[in-house]
Amino acid sequence: MTIIRLHARGLSKTFTLHTQGGTTLPVFEDIDLQVRSGECVCLHGPSGAGKSTLLRSLYANYKPQSGSVMVQHDGEIVDITAAEPWKVVEIRRFTIGYVSQFLRVIPRVPVLDVVAEPAITNGRSVEEAHAAARTLLTRLRIPERLWSLAPATFSGGEQQRVNIARSFIVAYPILLLDEPTASLDAENRKTVIELICEAKVRGAAVVGIFHDAEVRDAVADRLFEIRSTHREPTEIPCKPVPDLPTIEAVA
Amino acid sequence: MSGPGNKQCDTGDGYSFAYLDEQTKRMIRRTLLKALSIPGYQVPFGGREMPLAYGWGTGGIQVTASIIGPDDRLKVIDQGADDTTNAVSIRRFFEIVSNVATTEQTAEATIIQTRHRIPEAPLQEGQILVYQVPQPDPLHKIDPRENETRKMHAYAEYGAMQVTLYEDIARFGRIARTYDYPAMVNARHLMSPSPIPKFDNPKMENNPAIQLFGAGREKRIYAVPPYTSVRSLDFDDHPFEVQTWKGCCALCSSTVSYLDEVVTDDRGGRMFVCSDTDYCNKRQADRALTTETGGIVAPDEGAKL
Amino acid sequence: MSAVRKLQQRPVLLEVSGVSKSYGGQVGCLDVSFSIRPGEVLGIVGESGSGKSTLLACLSGRLQPDTGSIIYDMKDRGPVDMLLLSEPERRRLARTDWGIVHQNPRDGLRMDVSAGGNVGERPMAIGARHYGNIRAEAQDWLQKVEIDLTRTDDKPRTFSGGMQQRLQIARNLVTKPRLVFMDEPTGGLDVSVQARLLDLLRGLVRELGIAAIIVTHDLAVVRLLADRLMVMQRGRVIEEGLTDQVLDDPHHPYTQLLVSSILQV
Repeated sequence: MTIIRLHARGLSKTFTLHTQGGTTLPVFEDIDLQVRSGECVCLHGPSGAGKSTLLRSLYANYKPQSGSVMVQHDGEIVDITAAEPWKVVEIRRFTIGYVSQFLRVIPRVPVLDVVAEPAITNGRSVEEAHAAARTLLTRLRIPERLWSLAPATFSGGEQQRVNIARSFIVAYPILLLDEPTASLDAENRKTVIELICEAKVRGAAVVGIFHDAEVRDAVADRLFEIRSTHREPTEIPCKPVPDLPTIEAVA
Repeated sequence: MSGPGNKQCDTGDGYSFAYLDEQTKRMIRRTLLKALSIPGYQVPFGGREMPLAYGWGTGGIQVTASIIGPDDRLKVIDQGADDTTNAVSIRRFFEIVSNVATTEQTAEATIIQTRHRIPEAPLQEGQILVYQVPQPDPLHKIDPRENETRKMHAYAEYGAMQVTLYEDIARFGRIARTYDYPAMVNARHLMSPSPIPKFDNPKMENNPAIQLFGAGREKRIYAVPPYTSVRSLDFDDHPFEVQTWKGCCALCSSTVSYLDEVVTDDRGGRMFVCSDTDYCNKRQADRALTTETGGIVAPDEGAKL
Repeated sequence: MSAVRKLQQRPVLLEVSGVSKSYGGQVGCLDVSFSIRPGEVLGIVGESGSGKSTLLACLSGRLQPDTGSIIYDMKDRGPVDMLLLSEPERRRLARTDWGIVHQNPRDGLRMDVSAGGNVGERPMAIGARHYGNIRAEAQDWLQKVEIDLTRTDDKPRTFSGGMQQRLQIARNLVTKPRLVFMDEPTGGLDVSVQARLLDLLRGLVRELGIAAIIVTHDLAVVRLLADRLMVMQRGRVIEEGLTDQVLDDPHHPYTQLLVSSILQV
């Protein structure tokens, strides 16, 4: 259980906003993070410190300026920041699962298909994938009458649970969780804690952002403090970095 | 082709033999040679104005005028008949401009110009069948762009033609097209056989006679040399079939010829008779003869001739 | 799982290098290079006039580029430069191993031929001559694209825009092409129909392992369909990478402008 599944080395990230007069926003610098199999690391720091940015960089969603993110994929070690796009797609299919804060799927597709999709993409039969999706949806207390509906009309909490089910249907060796329990009630929080613990038991390396102390205490093995490369406060307007307009602007 | 020798260039009365000037005839003969060497391929030619309207056989007339010689014997049919207006006019035209012998008998003719039919009597080596063609390109209806249909012919892309047959079966349960039925010539070029009934399509296959097709308005000539394969398009599970009739010809009792429906009065009276008048007349004459002599003729012997 | 696993061993399907095309002094596309592997979906975005349609036309053999090479891994011959391929070979490729889905179904369908005949044309073009089999295959595909089988013999002109587009997709995919070019496939459709079409396309691309190149100006469409993205401006590719990377963390000023200009619902 001591395999290092994910190793970020010398990771730095700066945003340059060309549409806003070329303002540069340094977020973090020279991050070094190792996550072992069966370990859960909680990213810690004040709002705006760059937790989500780091998590997204680990998923190759953001392109860091320097550094590397080595992941164990299919028996080899790959730097996901330098890999070819098709390789990244493959790594995301099989190796890294990511729970974002928002569910982003094709409109009008029923919940059951939304949840089963990653498993089907990975080659499991439709029946198998649907069975697994049913189990997960039941555990996450999505009532069966909603399964055939598209999630667009669901409440925030329901959407988040669908999102979680979608990310836990494949047994990814690496899991990145961006506030998975943010809008959940106590009961569902417990279920998500269970799911994370089960993933740890099967040997997944987990990196997460948990604002909720209860969840953090239940799953995290250690905290990872982000030393944000803070800049002159006057330079940045009161805009927290993870909420850059470019991030969520694409609906 | 028993072309005219040099002495026929001038008919003595100041007019060219067979209406067209010699240069035009040479041009058309060259076109014909090219057409014969690429069976089914439409060769463009410099079509001339003829003393009759487009659609009345200007293409066929130019071809006939280019190949006819003083020793030829010409037969002209329209819808199988020798005595219809168009046939009579064209026959008279050539009697005047070339002074050749004409006939109504298929077996006697060296050149047969036709519109809409192939004679029932089998053709022989040395005979030439000249078709009048209104629309030479079978792909015209599928794609009106000629640069596109030319490419389709050049690359033998005939899937779209097959689609039209598919459409027939989907709509009517069978291939409903009854005339101008597309055929592959020499397993290479798709050909429109002019508006002959599909009944006549099998006669084009492996025929000993030369078959020439002239389209005057579209200025195209194409040909099927003797003994060339001409396969009508079809599907494996919907094979090509010709029309059949329940009864026989009311005049000659043939059961194997193409029958026309003739309305005899305005009370719904009708009869079916051979469309090929020469064939029908011959059979009637033969029957009269055998009845006189007391002999018995098998019903369709005439067809074998 | 094995089918997807093999992705990394698969050779490059299409290798484009230095493709340029100009219309007189007007630049169509300039020095475009990229490669695509089996099963990959590549999106090309950019505003009108950025050269994306010119590029697609060059790639799909409808336009001759001025310079560059387009190497395609042909099924029976291996990698071949498309620009050296004879016209009949290229036309044959375009209706067997390639698919081209036009923005306007009118450009890709025979409007006066029934739905079944439209789908059956490609099989007939490569020699299918059994009516029953052709029809069964056509209906199988109509079902796949969710067109009611009672509409098999209806002409596309009686279909809605969404149905026409789905029919066009069936007509293209019936020969199981390995590479499909799509020009604004959801262009003229209203949003509810778009969603269904996107879901269908995504399913088919995944199921058949098709590589696809999708040209669109709709960033939401590429986010849902494309693995990779190329952003074009004035004929040049100015940014490329993973779709979500380019959209979420755009580096080029123009891409940032493009992404931040999207209206939110």
